Amino acid sequence: MSKRYTKDHEWIEIAGDEAVFGISHYAQEQLGDVVFVELPEVGKTLEKGGEAAVVESVKAASEVYAPVSGTVTAVNEALVDNPGKVNEAPEGEGWFAKIALSDPSELDGLMDEAAYKAFVETL
Amino acid sequence: MTMNSVGRPTAPETAAAAPIGTFTGNRGLAVEEPLLFEIGRHDVTGVDLDEPGRFAPRLGAHMRRAPIDLPGLSEPEAVRHYVRLSQKNYAIDSGLYPLGSCTMKHNPRLNEKMARLPGIADIHPLQPLSTVSGAVELMAELGRWLLEMTGMRAVALSPKAGAHGELCGMMAIKAAVEARGEARPIVLVPESAHGTNPATAALLGFRVVPVPARADGTVDPEAVRKLLSPQVAAIMLTNPNTCGLFERDVVEIARAVHEAGAYFYCDGANFNAIVGKAKVGELGVDAMHINLHKTFSTPHGGGGPGAGPVVLSHRLAAFAPLPFVRMEAEGPRLVESEAELAEGETPFGRMVAFHGQMGMYVRALAYMLSHGADGLKQASEDAVLNANYVRAGLRDLFSQPFGDRPCMHEVLFDDSFLDGTGVTTLDFAKAMIDEGYHPMTMYFPLVVHGAMLIEPTESESKASLDLFVATLRDLAMRARAGETDRFKAAPRYAPRRRLDETRAARTPKLKWEPPAPFEQAAE
Amino acid sequence: MRYLPHSEADRQAMLRAIGVGAIDDLFLDIPEPLRVGALDLPRRAGELSVERTIGRMAAKNVAAGSVPFFVGAGAYRHHVPASVDHLIQRSEFLTSYTPYQPEITQGTLQVLFEFQTQVAHLTGMEVANASMYDGSTATAEAVLMAHRVTRRKKAVLSGGLHPHYRAVVEGLSKLASDTVAALPPDPAGTEDILAAIDAETSCVVVQSPSVYGQLIDLAPIAQKAHAVGALLVAVFTEVVSLGLVEPPGAQGADIVVGEGQGLGNALSFGGPYVGLFATRAKYVRQMPGRLCGETVDADGRRGFVLTLSTREQHIRRDKATSNICTNSGLCALAFSIHTTLLGETGLARLARINHMNAVALAESLSELAGVSVLNDSFFNEFTLRVPGDAASVVEALAERGVLGGVPVSRLEPGRPELADLILVASTEINTDEDRAAYAAALAEVL
Repeated sequence: MSKRYTKDHEWIEIAGDEAVFGISHYAQEQLGDVVFVELPEVGKTLEKGGEAAVVESVKAASEVYAPVSGTVTAVNEALVDNPGKVNEAPEGEGWFAKIALSDPSELDGLMDEAAYKAFVETL
Repeated sequence: MTMNSVGRPTAPETAAAAPIGTFTGNRGLAVEEPLLFEIGRHDVTGVDLDEPGRFAPRLGAHMRRAPIDLPGLSEPEAVRHYVRLSQKNYAIDSGLYPLGSCTMKHNPRLNEKMARLPGIADIHPLQPLSTVSGAVELMAELGRWLLEMTGMRAVALSPKAGAHGELCGMMAIKAAVEARGEARPIVLVPESAHGTNPATAALLGFRVVPVPARADGTVDPEAVRKLLSPQVAAIMLTNPNTCGLFERDVVEIARAVHEAGAYFYCDGANFNAIVGKAKVGELGVDAMHINLHKTFSTPHGGGGPGAGPVVLSHRLAAFAPLPFVRMEAEGPRLVESEAELAEGETPFGRMVAFHGQMGMYVRALAYMLSHGADGLKQASEDAVLNANYVRAGLRDLFSQPFGDRPCMHEVLFDDSFLDGTGVTTLDFAKAMIDEGYHPMTMYFPLVVHGAMLIEPTESESKASLDLFVATLRDLAMRARAGETDRFKAAPRYAPRRRLDETRAARTPKLKWEPPAPFEQAAE
Repeated sequence: MRYLPHSEADRQAMLRAIGVGAIDDLFLDIPEPLRVGALDLPRRAGELSVERTIGRMAAKNVAAGSVPFFVGAGAYRHHVPASVDHLIQRSEFLTSYTPYQPEITQGTLQVLFEFQTQVAHLTGMEVANASMYDGSTATAEAVLMAHRVTRRKKAVLSGGLHPHYRAVVEGLSKLASDTVAALPPDPAGTEDILAAIDAETSCVVVQSPSVYGQLIDLAPIAQKAHAVGALLVAVFTEVVSLGLVEPPGAQGADIVVGEGQGLGNALSFGGPYVGLFATRAKYVRQMPGRLCGETVDADGRRGFVLTLSTREQHIRRDKATSNICTNSGLCALAFSIHTTLLGETGLARLARINHMNAVALAESLSELAGVSVLNDSFFNEFTLRVPGDAASVVEALAERGVLGGVPVSRLEPGRPELADLILVASTEINTDEDRAAYAAALAEVL
């Protein structure tokens, strides 16, 4: 299945029984240069819409919300030393964490790429 | 006749003066200064002390084992180091400093002189009280002035800064709520508030609920009423607010807050607009901190020290923290501990070691005595006059987010007048540096897009404001005329051009490290 | 009024330009009945008059420099070189704001960078911030920081911690719903603090030299704290001690906080002072207060900026690490200049002189009948036991023109077991004559 997006500008992509998520290209553009990312601990249970990570630019700190509920199975340690990856490849190498979904039906409420694109244009 | 000519021209040559690099990197009077750690030596000292004779130390096993690594400078080197560094700073003494909400007014030198009197600077906070009666009298006198200006009941002098005063006021409120046997977990904070307000409330475990502003930039009593409940401990309202407007419904808001059993905390950062014009006690305020470093002009010192005494209404007076000054028949008395409390005194605790910022108290009192009741009122009026004069001078070119109406001591513009120019608020501010001005407060308050908050203060003459207004008008017209480069590359004429804040934050370098050895550096 | 530039004609011209008839037309938002008629305060006064008024108050106080002076307990009288006060009164330092526009505040910023480095070196830590209000608030902030790092809420306070510091920590912790376990006062440094550290402890707060002057071995406390996942917060109130004693960083402290007044800053009846705050690099994002960092400008030249500011209140608002806004910039500058003038050599020598003077005083006073020194090791301050009520003794000494220290009962009222103790400090300002005067006066009083 392809990428899904939230109104808070997180993306999520299913890969096997795991999902990987991060922040969208639009979000990184709005934030400016990312200087620090605080990632969740592996094993932590996230609730859809709850705080999953914090991303900081020079002038702003923003919470990143979990797009769906689940348990964190891996985090992108590379962001700790190189937070600029969030700017360079937000929807690729700049991923935040992987989670095991607890309720895959939550994905249904999210936007697909076309819908998200249309949503961003309204902002 | 006697000829004594050496052929030296006495008027400038007319050769073109394109910028050149210099060997030193210096530019005339603008001298580059290395770090202390690059010029200091461990065996140099600028303080002559006699080496102590032999004695049997009583340090036990606690003697320092390794050197500290502290380079020293002789006095001439140190003086030159710090004088050169000082020359890289903008200061109120050297120019208009229109930082909104920060109140950069003239710092009278008499106040510095008073703070250095031996009977003030050279007294210890814990020497016998019988040897410091003048200090306690000074604290009492400062308190008397603050209470008369605000119409409040009690004052807690000890907080060390505005945010610390907020903490003190909110601690008093929390104590008062608890004394009533209640638990009220919520604090209301308007969106335009200083960041310290929500930070303070959160620090004390309150949940912050934002209050939206109405279209005219002020708080709507109806919006407050809707949010009030037995869960609400207090509202934290800045008045005049951070948009430079007086909250005209403040009395109604206070009444609603009190009816709901909550308290009214006023952020006094902008008290300087209304000294001698309105008493916050009569507006219904229960607690307000007063930034002595803003309203009463103790120097900002490059970021402190400040002082943030808190005035309290009859509802909160009993909870004022230790120490405080009690007026007794024999004169003012400093109450330092719970053992000395009288009936009805229930301090919530202590904010600081000792008695607060005496050095700031004396400066503020000197300022107040100098101005007097009439001068304080005149200062407020001139501050408001100056802000409105700037507003009048710019209103046809700049955009006012809440319409063309009088402001208090500071005037707020948004960035819509720059729409389509490619110039941002930040670029505009940096171009002001090239014109010799410190920028105004930018991007605050957060409720306005690209905010520019200008507070000229009462210290500026009409001529100074006329040049400032003309400069901003010229810049606005240049932005609109498409001179984008002027702004994007600004500042050009400062000790440094724009700094890479991304790099500073991504790879924090927070102290000096010795350079890597040559072999490593070459890799 | 000498500070207000406008003439009446200026004011009228400006009102016309604004388009209003009178100044009160700009204050219409203040409800009419609430506008103040007149304040019940005196009218303006010239410089001479203000000098007289404040000078009269100042003259009622006994200046430390005018008598044999031995008062410490968290604030110390040292000789400050004349150039320090001259330099901090440079307009560009004194009347500048927080360096939010780095292009035109490199002076303040470089000073802060140098200050941070000096504090890190003195304390033996990896990073230091740009200063806090004072030692007591720095200590309270350290306890809150330990809570954030460990996600535990119980702080253990040593009985050697300055009682005012304890009160500040307790006040803030209580309101933030943390718990504080404070050990009873410990003049001789004999408490068993290790027993108080358990798996719920977020931090253990130990002052060395303690408020009673006792030097404390921090290493075993650090070891025990780390074994249970807690932090050691090391506190000092006399920064000059770091010229001679082993720094907390070398003994395993995780956060080091203290009072920096002793270098560069006057006693000033308790403030303004300068709080020092240092920690390990891995905790830097949990640290409160401003930080200055090195970077480059658009031309690649070295420069400094305030950095990691997303921790702070003006950005994170209710999620900030602290509500602190102002720091103690000018006091930090004074501290830094004095430290620079001293250098390694000068500070070590100054510290040795302080210790020598305190040792000499302790020896001479303890020769008096019934008088003893409680501490087996100390720096420039010690606890003296006297026969009888210490507060009366200190008062009687003051009547004889000697400011002989702080009766412990002033800091710990209601504890009869401490009523015969005096905290006595001696620094480089004391002469042999001062010490002789103290001994003679004490002999007379007892």
